[in-house]
Amino acid sequence: MLNQGIADIARALVSGEYSSVEITQAYLDQIALHNGELNAFITVTPEQALAQAAAADQVRASGNAGVFTGVPIAHKDIFCTAGVRTSCGSRMLDNFIAPYNATVVEKLLNAGAVMLGKTNMDEFAMGSSNETSYYGPVKNPWNRTLVPGGSSGGSAAAVSGQLCPAATATDTGGSIRQPASFCGLTGIKPTYGRVSRWGMIAFASSLDQAGTLTRTAEDAAIMLGIMAGFDPKDSTSVDLPVPDYCAQLNKPLHGLRIGIPRQHFAQGLKPEVEIQIRAALHEFEKLGATIKEISLDNSHYSVAAYYVIAPAEASANLSRYDGVRFGYRCAKPVDLEDMYKRSRGEGFGAEVKRRIMIGTYALSAGYYDAYYIKAQKVRRLIKDDFVHAFTEVDVIMGPTSPHTAFPLGAKTKDPVAMYLEDIYTIAVNLAGLPGISIPAGTVNGLPVGLQIVGRDFDEAKLLNIAHMFQQATAWHLLTPGA
Amino acid sequence: MAITLEDVENIAHLARLQLSPTEKQEALSSITNILQVIDQMQSINTTGVEPLAHAYEAAQRLRDDVVTEKDQRITLLALAPSTQRGLFLVPKVLE
Repeated sequence: MLNQGIADIARALVSGEYSSVEITQAYLDQIALHNGELNAFITVTPEQALAQAAAADQVRASGNAGVFTGVPIAHKDIFCTAGVRTSCGSRMLDNFIAPYNATVVEKLLNAGAVMLGKTNMDEFAMGSSNETSYYGPVKNPWNRTLVPGGSSGGSAAAVSGQLCPAATATDTGGSIRQPASFCGLTGIKPTYGRVSRWGMIAFASSLDQAGTLTRTAEDAAIMLGIMAGFDPKDSTSVDLPVPDYCAQLNKPLHGLRIGIPRQHFAQGLKPEVEIQIRAALHEFEKLGATIKEISLDNSHYSVAAYYVIAPAEASANLSRYDGVRFGYRCAKPVDLEDMYKRSRGEGFGAEVKRRIMIGTYALSAGYYDAYYIKAQKVRRLIKDDFVHAFTEVDVIMGPTSPHTAFPLGAKTKDPVAMYLEDIYTIAVNLAGLPGISIPAGTVNGLPVGLQIVGRDFDEAKLLNIAHMFQQATAWHLLTPGA
Repeated sequence: MAITLEDVENIAHLARLQLSPTEKQEALSSITNILQVIDQMQSINTTGVEPLAHAYEAAQRLRDDVVTEKDQRITLLALAPSTQRGLFLVPKVLE
């Protein structure tokens, strides 16, 4: 009953195989059994979930159900959920009860979704392994000594561990795609501006984007169709109509031109992963696509540019956490400066403080041009590489990650090693482009993800390509062993 | 570019972060390592390249100057660590 995605559950609810209350209870029971070990959820909302499920069953009985009515999901704890703790994985917001719903939450709620709870994440979305959370690390359901990836590790572990059929997530440098790769899931980061950031706790405002972690591309299409759209409350939200992603899923791939960047198949990529990726690429040739090598000339500078821009934006965004109006305040502050410094010093974890400091340094007088402006110029070169590539190919494919999931603790002592995790994903955020990671193989039983990058607002094509691959292969059907 | 412990202390002050001596040492070492990665960009020629602040250079959207927010004072004050007479309470600012 639990080895299902959204589309399966929607069909079962329509046919009356079970009710929303029943499937919701089944997931809540599974969470109660396994969350202690996986640590995928920070907050579980059983009473609210069952009330929402009962209401959904009523809506169905009165003949007004939509595709998402009564479908249980989880939300990454970065999305404000009214009346429910929204911690962003941080001590700073451990006591924060959001006073409103994020637009993404509201849209899914209005579509009839049932919220099981809030998933664990790297603190303030800063991380690639879900080991920086105030609430402890998340375990990969495929092997509990390994990381699920990050920052959306809780959402990834919850979906791949069958604690929920799908979850919302966010991606600033790879935080949807890399956990999708490590956990055998489909993870999509839409084009910047496609999904509203209202109520989504900000990390790096020019890079953050909400997306989904699901079992299939079809599920991603259903969920993204609900989440996407113009929101006047988000000034970076784009006013473009949302296509019917589901209607385009089965378009044949004949004539699709795929580009593979030589820089993503170079030193650093594990040979066993490369073998899986090349086999997946061959599947696309069988489906009628052509493959050509391309170059993303400035690709190797993407980590450097990102680790100026993202921390700089984060240092500005996280300045709101001052102990004054909400969130953590230190005990017995002697004056205002003491209150700011100790509230922030105690409320933030080490990685967050590290990134705030790098950002502050990069923006400070004397360094602003050499670091921040320089990084923005490099960002333009990186974007131009993609624009040029897309004059020759329709999509770009390659490995999502250089390797499969690594052991807990393996990279926590070396921040730079952790930053290099996102080597293939980061440029996509810098360029604002949509990217998806789909299961494409295994190495020693661990999932390998294939990344597909498209032009601006080409989510429909990415979902179509992913879906056709999933019709021809079975990687996405694999689940972690008992 | 090399940074010193004094730089770390200045940055921490700008960012209003209290750090322990151990944290300062750790910050010095990890920020030094990260700057080595960032300094790779110094080798690219970006003469004549315009900075890119937004992926497709959208302009800030404007709207009519009308009030659309509702009064949520009670809801928002409820989130605060300390309040008094409808105000956020903080330690003394002025001597």
